[in-house]
Amino acid sequence: MYKLWATIVKDVRILSRDKVGLTFMFGMPIILVLVITSIQNSTFNLVNKNKVSLIICNRDTGTLSTDLIHTIDGIGMFRLVQVAKDQDAKAITDRMHAKDALLAIVIPPDFSYQLTTKAKKLAGKALNSFGLEGDTLHAKNGNVDPLTLYYHPILQESFRRSIQGALYSALQLVESKQVLRSLYFAINEKTLPDTLENELLNNRIGINEIPVVRDGSRIVPNASQHNVPAWTIFAMFFVVISLGGSIVREKSSGSFIRLKTLPTNYLVALLSKQITYLGVTLLQAAVIFAMGVWLFPHIGLPPLNMPADLSGLFVVSFMCGWCAVSYAICVGVFAQTQEQANGFGAVSIVILSAVGGLMVPSFAMPGSFRTVIQLSPLHWCLEAYYGLFLEGGKLRDVLTNIIPLFVIIILIHLLILLGLKRKKLI
Amino acid sequence: MKPLAVDISDLGFRYPGQPDLFFAHLDLKIAAGERFGLFGPNGAGKTTLMSLMTGLLPRATGSIRLLGQEVRKQNRSVNKLFGLIPQDFSFYQELTPAENLEFFGAWSGLRRQAIRQRTNELLEILGLSAVRNKPVQQFSGGMKRRVNLAIAVIHHPGILFLDEPTVGVDVQTRHAIIDYLKQLNKEGTTLIYTSHQLSEAEDLCEKIALIDEGKIIVHDDLQVLLSEHRQEGLEGLFLNLTGKDYRN
Repeated sequence: MYKLWATIVKDVRILSRDKVGLTFMFGMPIILVLVITSIQNSTFNLVNKNKVSLIICNRDTGTLSTDLIHTIDGIGMFRLVQVAKDQDAKAITDRMHAKDALLAIVIPPDFSYQLTTKAKKLAGKALNSFGLEGDTLHAKNGNVDPLTLYYHPILQESFRRSIQGALYSALQLVESKQVLRSLYFAINEKTLPDTLENELLNNRIGINEIPVVRDGSRIVPNASQHNVPAWTIFAMFFVVISLGGSIVREKSSGSFIRLKTLPTNYLVALLSKQITYLGVTLLQAAVIFAMGVWLFPHIGLPPLNMPADLSGLFVVSFMCGWCAVSYAICVGVFAQTQEQANGFGAVSIVILSAVGGLMVPSFAMPGSFRTVIQLSPLHWCLEAYYGLFLEGGKLRDVLTNIIPLFVIIILIHLLILLGLKRKKLI
Repeated sequence: MKPLAVDISDLGFRYPGQPDLFFAHLDLKIAAGERFGLFGPNGAGKTTLMSLMTGLLPRATGSIRLLGQEVRKQNRSVNKLFGLIPQDFSFYQELTPAENLEFFGAWSGLRRQAIRQRTNELLEILGLSAVRNKPVQQFSGGMKRRVNLAIAVIHHPGILFLDEPTVGVDVQTRHAIIDYLKQLNKEGTTLIYTSHQLSEAEDLCEKIALIDEGKIIVHDDLQVLLSEHRQEGLEGLFLNLTGKDYRN
């Protein structure tokens, strides 16, 4: 037991004097979590805070285009930049190339007139269908020239679609309003009262959004709840750079020759590394979670809400850390050089995290990937953390994730033993 | 008759990928308490033989016994019997001498109290007390050699294997190391030494073996060999027996 203790003390001393290694293990993950959460949070807050610039070139002279612009403004997603109506397509696209805005809308010259005509035609048709006499005099042509939407190619398709949806909804509202006004006028020969218009068009049915959580709380998941656990796992597994490299360094150093001639099994050295670095991964998790809870609210990010089951959180963190450290040791045992350990370690973690759903949600992956996902230990780590952080579950609720993780850890250990035997290190 | 510190019989070793045995049927006996030198040109097999004696390499045939115990890989009872000073610095540069001794002492099977006592003793003898809490990476080559030596003897080994223990050190440090090795020998430690520093070897070794291409050419008392071959020093004897051709 004293041998193990002395080895742990030695490993902790070496680790604590490796300033670059410590920066890598603690500084980089902190920066990573801060950056990713900020970016994701800005996407989450797009509607409320970070509005998208939208150039509007209104060539129409009527009031309905003004109505449309007000409605678009009312959506809250856009910061409107109105430009002169005589601006041609080139002038608009030049401004977009200069990144003044990523989107632009051109409202055609006869928009109000054409929409009024279309509304009257629809109102007339409706009255006719009720058996009443509708006004069809102005309904020769019911088409409205389309609006033109310019978009910058850097906008991703999913984002563009959501913007398109918002614009269609604004357009639909203006159109419906105009049809209603025409219908009302045709029947009553007076304008639709504002109160009635509001009641008819603006009194929409709401949608209650309820996150399905096990503990019954209705805390809405935020960017921190999603990102902090995910990138904590990434940071834990990135210990492969420091630990894998340290094992290779030790194997190729003079001290290793001495270790092999001493009356102690090399497994003691590996057990010590496992315990020391498990402590490091748990400390990483504690630092990152503490940052989410206490620092994030001070820098404008949503706070991380800790799960109710803290003992469950410890067990999940322990298992994630154990798996990360075991993986790093495995890489260190098989790698011949530090370059191999660092290169393979870093690339494999990025691949495993991509496959495991850290970068793209696993539910969005194609069916053929489903089996591969389950081979990534990071997937089970992420599912277990999400079970606690997002679903409000307890330890028993995430056991289905911990058991596969445990099986993966055992397999990694068998691989380590095989590697040690093959290299005649034990 | 003195008990044997090293008893090698019918030793054979096969380098990976080589069909033929190196050291085919090699026999060597080193008595306990001897100051024994193993010499030979580059590629003669000195380091390989030392690695076989310390269990770092597996033998193909024969047997090697240290103080009566068969050498096998990771054999705890045999590993307690000897200390090794490899040619390379074999310690953690980030740690201080005291911390290195604490760790290697534990791995040598010593208890905490014994390590503390022996650390103070060795640092004092080897002139490292003043720098006991400085990381070894800040040390000169000579100081590092002394740390290397201190670690190897922390557990009072019966046999001490020394592979170029004074390479790259100044005259003062060399004398201090050789003096300490002689003192250890007086206390009963068998020294098995290999080096290309033949004048130093002459000073330290009483018995020598010259080895070339895996075969022992001569093995006897240094003085007897010098007189038999009418040589004044070990260097002359060495060239006389192994020739002047380049070796790979």
